[in-house]
Amino acid sequence: MSETPTRTALRPTASGRLQAWLPRLVLAPSVAVSLFFVYGFMLWTFVLSLTSSRMLPSYDFVGFGQYARLMANERWWVASTNLMIFGTLFIVICLVLGALLAMLLDQKIRQEGALRTVYLYPMALSFIVTGVVWKWLLNPQLGIQAMVRSWGFESFEFDWIVDPDMAIYTLVIAAVWQASGFVMALFLAGLRGIDDSIIKAAQLDGASLPRIYWRVVMPCLRPVVFSAVMILAHIAIKSFDLVVALTGGGPGYATDLPATFMYTHAFNRAQIGLGSASAMLMLGGVLAILIPYLYSELRSRKHG
Amino acid sequence: MANVIRRQTPAARMWRGVLYAVLIIAALFYVLPLVVMLMTSIKPLSEISAGTLLSLPQNPTLEPWTKAWGEACTGMRCEGVGGYFWNSFAIVIPAVLISTAVGALNGYALTKWRFKGSELVFALMLFGCFIPFQVVLLPMAQTLGWLGLSSSRAGLILVHVVFGIAFTTLFFRNFYVGIPNELVSAAKLDGAGFFRIFWRILLPVSAPIIVVSVIWQFTQIWNDFLFGVAFSAHDTQPVTVALNNLVNTSTGVREYNVDMAAAMIAALPTLVVYVLAGKYFVRGLTAGSVKG
Repeated sequence: MSETPTRTALRPTASGRLQAWLPRLVLAPSVAVSLFFVYGFMLWTFVLSLTSSRMLPSYDFVGFGQYARLMANERWWVASTNLMIFGTLFIVICLVLGALLAMLLDQKIRQEGALRTVYLYPMALSFIVTGVVWKWLLNPQLGIQAMVRSWGFESFEFDWIVDPDMAIYTLVIAAVWQASGFVMALFLAGLRGIDDSIIKAAQLDGASLPRIYWRVVMPCLRPVVFSAVMILAHIAIKSFDLVVALTGGGPGYATDLPATFMYTHAFNRAQIGLGSASAMLMLGGVLAILIPYLYSELRSRKHG
Repeated sequence: MANVIRRQTPAARMWRGVLYAVLIIAALFYVLPLVVMLMTSIKPLSEISAGTLLSLPQNPTLEPWTKAWGEACTGMRCEGVGGYFWNSFAIVIPAVLISTAVGALNGYALTKWRFKGSELVFALMLFGCFIPFQVVLLPMAQTLGWLGLSSSRAGLILVHVVFGIAFTTLFFRNFYVGIPNELVSAAKLDGAGFFRIFWRILLPVSAPIIVVSVIWQFTQIWNDFLFGVAFSAHDTQPVTVALNNLVNTSTGVREYNVDMAAAMIAALPTLVVYVLAGKYFVRGLTAGSVKG
């Protein structure tokens, strides 16, 4: 870099012009990759969803026929209903458990760091590992059911994993185990960020502890709740590995989720068109929760 | 909010007792599955069928571990998960390094060399954090085929880099936004160029965010299953896929101890990272997920 600043300012040299373009050149490959692999692929999948593709992609267009087939497909409805049940329970339980643990941990607890580490470590595991472990714990012959029976409760029943009506709740248990500690960490960070003087003022006014939490602390944590719901909803919609490892979608297809439905149809059942249509609906679901979130994020950032 | 006034009345003491009891029960809920997994992995099969989940191993043995590592069947082959464990490293290490390096440069260019439309570029890339990957699977399979990278480690590395740079760019951008511009402006006036400023000014202060990015990418890619199962063949599978195959291979007696040992093997690298650098792991989770 030998040129002097005054010279560059007056008349851009070749290397000066290169410097001005360098940031853009550095970003260009990433932008190109993003345009092709994210936006291009989304469009591509959309195009595939309009075709009659089965084993291999073909470009024989059938309009929205695959979406109509999807709507008439019982298995898709099972998968979508499962996502509603799983997603709602997963989000609500994680929020309640996470908030509760955070508030309890925030009472000047000895060994807080150790407890936090224990609550959060499952988040470092693969959902496959989580699924394998919980499949073992929930195994009726050798797992929790057998253990409680051996304690003398002979009629104890906990065989949800082999019960088509209850198997979906085993997914909730394992997913809550994995992610609730993370929600706890979010809430704890939020609690630590609250200005103590507000709470002191409420205490001086004679407010009781539960009342302070409900009326003063909770409203301050609204952004945390909002973010947590977004993240958890995102995890729920993408849930694939956990189902594969824990229930394999079964018994039958009782625990199918849209993510496993898409994979099975696109890769194992030679239904590329139908699989693409289901992937597009998953994208639609993500956008439906994402756009309001991003909108409020951007707005608050401008004002803040 | 850690300023609750504590009076040592009997009621207050009882409340503390309940508080600790609840926290410890919660800790058991989180820690027991790991304990059971570990204990099961060192029990002989006879003890598993005779005892219960929580019965302590009477004759601890490492045999399930050696079997899981080198002999257990994962689908058609019976070579254990050891080879796949190294596969995962061979995929994860280059993917983490490349995506972190690209993310650092992107974040730097987006914050210290703003240009018209740079915010738009960022928003455009950020979207990659949010898409459900099902929407890219089929085109990716075909593209990898065209590139001659089907079922190869290089193909998986490419996939993880492509979908990782959205996150790494986010991390570095948000970090560099907080670095004062004065030093950079002064260096620009002195005639220092793009890479020189990055190397001399930004990189030396980037250690924390590099750690966050490396840990985040490491856990994400190590724990990936979807891309692994969709884009790999027998000899290029990551360990998560091999573990799932091992658990679902049904030949003769189900060896739960071997299953658990294999699960431990697949879990250990990310657990070790979490124990060694938990603080950075949490920071990545919150940075990566609150905004992504």
